[in-house]
Amino acid sequence: MASATGVGASVRRKEDLRFITGKGQYTDDINLKDQAFAYFLRSPHPHAKIKSINTAKAAKMAGVVGIYTSVDVAKDKIGGLICGWGITSKDGSAMKAGPHPILAEGKVRYVGDHVAVVVADTKEQAKAAAAAIQVSYETLAHVVDAAKAMTSKVQVHDVAPDNRVFNWGLGNEAETDAAFKRAAHVTKLDIINNRLIPNAMEPRAAIGAYDAGTESYTLYTTSQNPHVARLVISAFHGLAPEHKLRVIAPDVGGGFGSKIFIYAEEVVCVWASKHAGRPVKWTGDRSEAFLADAHGRDHVTKAELATDANGKIIGLRVHTIAAMGAYLSTFSAAVPTYLYGTLLSGQYNIPAVYVTVDAVYTNTAPVDAYRGAGRPEATYVVERLVETAARELREDPAEFRRKNFVTQFPHQTPVIMCYDVGDYGAALDKALAMSDYKNFASRKAESAKNGKLRGVGLSAYIEACGIAPSAAVGSLGAGVGLWESAEVRVNPIGTVEILTGSHSHGQGHETTFAQLVSDRLGVDINSVSIVHGDTDKVQMGMGTYGSRSGAVGMHAISKALDKVVAKAKKVAAAVMEASADDVVFQDGSFTVKGTDKKMAFGEVALQSYLGHKFNSSEIEIGLKESAFHDPANFVFPAGVHICEVEVDPDTGHTTIAAYTCVDDFGNLINPMIVEGQVHGGIAQGIGQALLEGCIYDEESGQLLTGSFMDYAMPRAGYMPNLADFKLGFTCTPCPTNPMGIKGCGEAGAIGSPPAVINAITNAIGVREISMPATPLTVWNAMQASGMKKAAE
Amino acid sequence: MENFNYHRPATTTAAVALLKKSKDGKFLAGGHTLIPTMKQGLAAPRDVIDLTAIKGFSGIKVSKTMVTIKAGTTHQDVTMSKDVNKAIPALAQMVGKIGGVHVRHKGTIGGSLANNDPAADYPSACLGLGATIETNKRKIEADKFFTGMFETALKNDEIIIAVHFPIPKKASHQKFPNPASRYAMVGVFVSQDGKGKTRVGVTGAAPCVFRAVEVEAALNEEFSAKAASAVKISAKGLLSDMHASAAYRAHLLSVLAGRAVAAA
Repeated sequence: MASATGVGASVRRKEDLRFITGKGQYTDDINLKDQAFAYFLRSPHPHAKIKSINTAKAAKMAGVVGIYTSVDVAKDKIGGLICGWGITSKDGSAMKAGPHPILAEGKVRYVGDHVAVVVADTKEQAKAAAAAIQVSYETLAHVVDAAKAMTSKVQVHDVAPDNRVFNWGLGNEAETDAAFKRAAHVTKLDIINNRLIPNAMEPRAAIGAYDAGTESYTLYTTSQNPHVARLVISAFHGLAPEHKLRVIAPDVGGGFGSKIFIYAEEVVCVWASKHAGRPVKWTGDRSEAFLADAHGRDHVTKAELATDANGKIIGLRVHTIAAMGAYLSTFSAAVPTYLYGTLLSGQYNIPAVYVTVDAVYTNTAPVDAYRGAGRPEATYVVERLVETAARELREDPAEFRRKNFVTQFPHQTPVIMCYDVGDYGAALDKALAMSDYKNFASRKAESAKNGKLRGVGLSAYIEACGIAPSAAVGSLGAGVGLWESAEVRVNPIGTVEILTGSHSHGQGHETTFAQLVSDRLGVDINSVSIVHGDTDKVQMGMGTYGSRSGAVGMHAISKALDKVVAKAKKVAAAVMEASADDVVFQDGSFTVKGTDKKMAFGEVALQSYLGHKFNSSEIEIGLKESAFHDPANFVFPAGVHICEVEVDPDTGHTTIAAYTCVDDFGNLINPMIVEGQVHGGIAQGIGQALLEGCIYDEESGQLLTGSFMDYAMPRAGYMPNLADFKLGFTCTPCPTNPMGIKGCGEAGAIGSPPAVINAITNAIGVREISMPATPLTVWNAMQASGMKKAAE
Repeated sequence: MENFNYHRPATTTAAVALLKKSKDGKFLAGGHTLIPTMKQGLAAPRDVIDLTAIKGFSGIKVSKTMVTIKAGTTHQDVTMSKDVNKAIPALAQMVGKIGGVHVRHKGTIGGSLANNDPAADYPSACLGLGATIETNKRKIEADKFFTGMFETALKNDEIIIAVHFPIPKKASHQKFPNPASRYAMVGVFVSQDGKGKTRVGVTGAAPCVFRAVEVEAALNEEFSAKAASAVKISAKGLLSDMHASAAYRAHLLSVLAGRAVAAA
């Protein structure tokens, strides 16, 4: 049974007091002595040759400390930005990675590309001087549409003549083709997964500082993985060896993936700080975030589902064009491949699956992982297809799913993944009951009385997170291993510091990790502090993304805690003059079997540092243990979303009338935080489905949705009323970690878009509608289908 | 933002004198258009003349036939005014939907009208109610005030002092907001006066606020939702952008006119 603050308790978040009272310390809150400010001159063109850059006039302006361009980068031999995942094409060739210099060299490739940097005494002076830099551009034709990239005459990078980065395939092609040949029915859909702009609440920022005395650098940055930033800046940009570079990611105000990547601005701040002889600070504004943060999604897909005469799914064939943008961002190549194709079997027993992906360059901001990264795109393909197939076959979409569910575990899909455990029918049953699915018709009639069209849509998602087994991802092209590290430091008075390579930027690790420690060591959660985000404190880590901090990060902590307990037992045994085998640790106390001898955890901690009562040549002084954990498999959260919408036939406006989501995350550490993650994820999914769409103008190549005036974020008013927003859980504990947990950070954003779109297509009686289903889009669809007249 | 001289005169005369002395001075009321424009570097006046300290520049007066709102009155004061809510509830409700809470506490009626944003709400109320705009020089009928996109009949040194809204028999405002900005994609202000005369002011749909005269004609015949929405609106001349096509705006105009009549 869970204690009030142990695993399974909805403990209030320890970190929130400082966040909601304005006492957080974000990168922009940090000001170093004598710091100067950087301003980046960005490309106004989507594609152009840089003929010359004249900085003479700007350099003489008030407050200017230095102006740097690609010439200076070359002089110092600073390496370019890298993509840390290599994908091999079907023909065996390596992916075509074009150069990605930290300041544009010879060419700019998207509006917002970083051309030059001005460092000045104030931000305003830097900006004013940047405006005085004269860049002579020769504009080139551009392509912003992924679907047109391969046939365009425009060439974004010399290495990729048809703009194709790779042509990748996964699955059993011959068997899939055969399945389609013998299919009784084939459902086809053309699907666009709309490009999204992440918009974390805190824009990116960085401070680079060079210490001439120690010849070392410090970088404060808005990062989800400071150790990876240190590794890349050392190994690839060549700025400083790792022991001469400290990277600190302090409080970070959200990331959603966009702060995983190593960006030019942070590398430039580190580099420029030595030239300037002063710390260099850059804080991006919201407009820069729109232009130059890595975007998400942007897939153009043709998908087909084959069923036999009994309505059993026998094959799935998918071709996707995935936009990479103008450059390959840090993890970009993995997203439309191993994070996407591997999930295309969904929750279903599909004997034959085959997917091909053409990744293409476009003259847009780079595209990389964004909450869900590949799995939302896969889920959208599968769940739109399955729902459409059920409707075409005139089967109930819930029952059509059920009869195709995987029911035996472990289940090996045709696309790499081996699902370890699950009970998809249980989640479906619970969701159907909670949403009162069987009485939908009466609610539809009620809506009709009010002049509204009501629709229902399902989505049965599965995702793979807790990434990932290092050897497995290494064999698939990853440039790093995806383990995690932890160190448990027990202080002499029994308080505990946990050093973790995970990074919290909204997830609540300071609470949930402390809950695990509280549970294991029997200490109060307020006696536990979580240390993260500083490469000088935490030795190494891989950071937070891919819903990995629970399943992988906590597993590493759990391992280190086991070692601490084992060591403490030895100390307790020595102090209580018993055999270690007879010492039992329970509820925070060490007891000796068959005696009344007892020591509290804190007393043992103190004794371990005193060393008065044991032989320190046999038992080492102190109580501090560390562990690395490499996961044995991904974890596989799965669940069912049921969305009901009401569409106003007069305006095309969609309201989420009711939303039910049942997730199997295994055991829950903190149900309140899990619910928060699910609510937030669904809000983002509703945003993608109804509101958010990044649009570049085809003709000018400019970002049309460059501010909140034109890019619509989901607001509270778009969410269903709380009484109609139901979350439920089923539980099949994960067998590959001792906590039995799966990941919950991305599931909401993964499962929800198809549920919303399935509900809208059901409401207005159309087969397809594109995201975001804005009022205009829905109204146009109704006009096209003649539905409007029928409704009247 | 470029540096500028900030002035805070106590009278309209002093404000006008400051403007005349300046090469490119700008009046500032709530600042919700001017300041963002300056921040983006799209405007860089050397002199900003803040009107909000002018004595008697804000306040609301309601008579039996007229609601008078002084130019510097914030949206918040208008929407919270018991007198306005009683006299022209549609006006108070419309103002309560301008921007967000912060905007409503700073933005003013005078600033909104002088700016004449094609998607602003107040201009549609002025046309829809047949308001009169009083300046330091003259009185201008709403019908002659709004002359084009961000353009009005105001002379450079003319300052709005107050706006007079005749109290209608019934009125309603309906807005269909842009999903991103929340500005009106189309906003319709319908009123009927004691003599049965109807006015329909439309914002958001075209480069400048206008009266939907076809709808007015239909409603003068029969003041019903059905009559209003039965009028086919031409998409010609209406705005078209990524959020709404001209055809969609024309359709929304009909729908909202019908809803406004039903709610009036």
